[in-house]
Amino acid sequence: MTKQHANWSPYDNNGGTCVAIAGSDYCVIAADTRMSTGYSILSRDYSKIHNCKADKAVLSSSGFQADVKALQKVLKSRHLVYQHQHNKQMSCPAMAQLLSNTLYFKRFFPYYAFNVLGGLDEEGKGCVFTYDAVGSYEKVGYSAQGSGSTLIMPFLDNQLKSPSPLLLPAQDAITPLSEPEAVDLVKTVFASATERDIYTGDKLEIMILKADGIRTEVMELRKTLSECWQHTLSIVLIRISTLGSLCYLELCLKFSCVVNRFSFSYL
Amino acid sequence: MKLDTSGFETSMPTIGFGSSNDMLDGFSTVPSFDLPRTTDFDGFQKEAVQMVKPARGTTTLAFIFKEGVMVAADSRASMGGYISSQSVKKIIEINPYMLGTMAGGAADCQFWHRNLGIKCRLHELANKRRISVSGASKLLANMLYSYRGMGLSVGTMIAGWDETGPGLYYVDNEGGRLKGDRFSVGSGSPYAYGVLDSGYKFDMSVEEASELARRSIYHATFRDGASGGVASVYHVGPNGWKKLSGDDVGELHYHYYPVPPAIAEQVMEEAAAE
Repeated sequence: MTKQHANWSPYDNNGGTCVAIAGSDYCVIAADTRMSTGYSILSRDYSKIHNCKADKAVLSSSGFQADVKALQKVLKSRHLVYQHQHNKQMSCPAMAQLLSNTLYFKRFFPYYAFNVLGGLDEEGKGCVFTYDAVGSYEKVGYSAQGSGSTLIMPFLDNQLKSPSPLLLPAQDAITPLSEPEAVDLVKTVFASATERDIYTGDKLEIMILKADGIRTEVMELRKTLSECWQHTLSIVLIRISTLGSLCYLELCLKFSCVVNRFSFSYL
Repeated sequence: MKLDTSGFETSMPTIGFGSSNDMLDGFSTVPSFDLPRTTDFDGFQKEAVQMVKPARGTTTLAFIFKEGVMVAADSRASMGGYISSQSVKKIIEINPYMLGTMAGGAADCQFWHRNLGIKCRLHELANKRRISVSGASKLLANMLYSYRGMGLSVGTMIAGWDETGPGLYYVDNEGGRLKGDRFSVGSGSPYAYGVLDSGYKFDMSVEEASELARRSIYHATFRDGASGGVASVYHVGPNGWKKLSGDDVGELHYHYYPVPPAIAEQVMEEAAAE
């Protein structure tokens, strides 16, 4: 009897990209808001960023959003237990270790989540921790994870190349950029990634953490391959339809709506 | 006198169902992992590992010489064909006199070394003296043996200095444990062995040994795509370990093989003549 291969997989990839940059007194965490499955868009307004409420630690995850949701809940409950036991909130490096352990506890049935944790450490300096799916982690100056990460990381390496923390004599890994420059860089990087990655787009959510609080910015990104074409097409279709009947107009509008729902359209 | 049998508690991993919430208990027993309820565990693991592509790939080496143990490693982590990081810490400081190296799965090595560090500390507190390198490597090997066949990927060396002098053990995910004087582990190890074995002498000074270690790592990163980044070199002596150097391998290349200035001048002349 031939071995039957499973045709149901417990995993799915919902796409999306997350980026974080650490500065001398700030940390910027950004993620797009598109959630897809295969070639379809499930949502254009789904937030991948989760505020751990742990004294300035923010988690951003791409991958399989159901696993991400479960991971966020587990983290929240473990953080709550910590607060009860220690009467204080977790620091960002502590949260980083907790996340690593939480991911590793599912080593044989991993969370399909690619995480970036950003926050401020005890001295108020920005810190970014980047993870793989089973919990190996590293403190870095900047990171990108998700479907657009291979497009974004080389650009960040070029713009923010920070010396490796392993070099001796040691050199500081924190980027010298100011906060507005870092936010600008993030917007640029996402605009470019949206051009070439079908799973990245719609809106960009940016969270800026500083000692005095968290600020959120939202920026619009490209929704289809070429929005200007879609706009032109709809105008042309309406023009044509004025010569014909009303049902023709309806058909054209329906077409542009269907096009709206496909992340990969031939326009 | 109650013997310390905490090392013996690791004989069987507890299977997922009915597990207590041991996340709060600490690490004195085997951490119980959620296992997927599938008839084909191996096939599932293969697929899961292929999908999540955990970070791996490396060159690490360690050798014993007259003045102690020299430990060196690169710092590249690759996920499939993508370099996920050039600055991974592959030499893990278990405690001030013992080092562990990381090769194979990054998460596996990080987690189990941390677990080993905890166990070593508990041993110190329970027995009022430091654990030997032999004992530490045995703890790790036993722990890994209980997860044998489940797809962990750990190829580590435990290097340290205890009462019997310098100690070096190689431990892998099959539960194998070997005592030796020279080891190199990882995808770049054949290249590192070539340089290490040809240059090795027991009577070396610390500088000579560190230079040998650095060169071996550099040559491995030169030829192996999965190794690169920063070559770190540590020395373990009677007073504990000390980091000797951390050099970017790209810069090491030009340090060992500088571009001859004559050729550059020739090119400049040709360009000026045009």
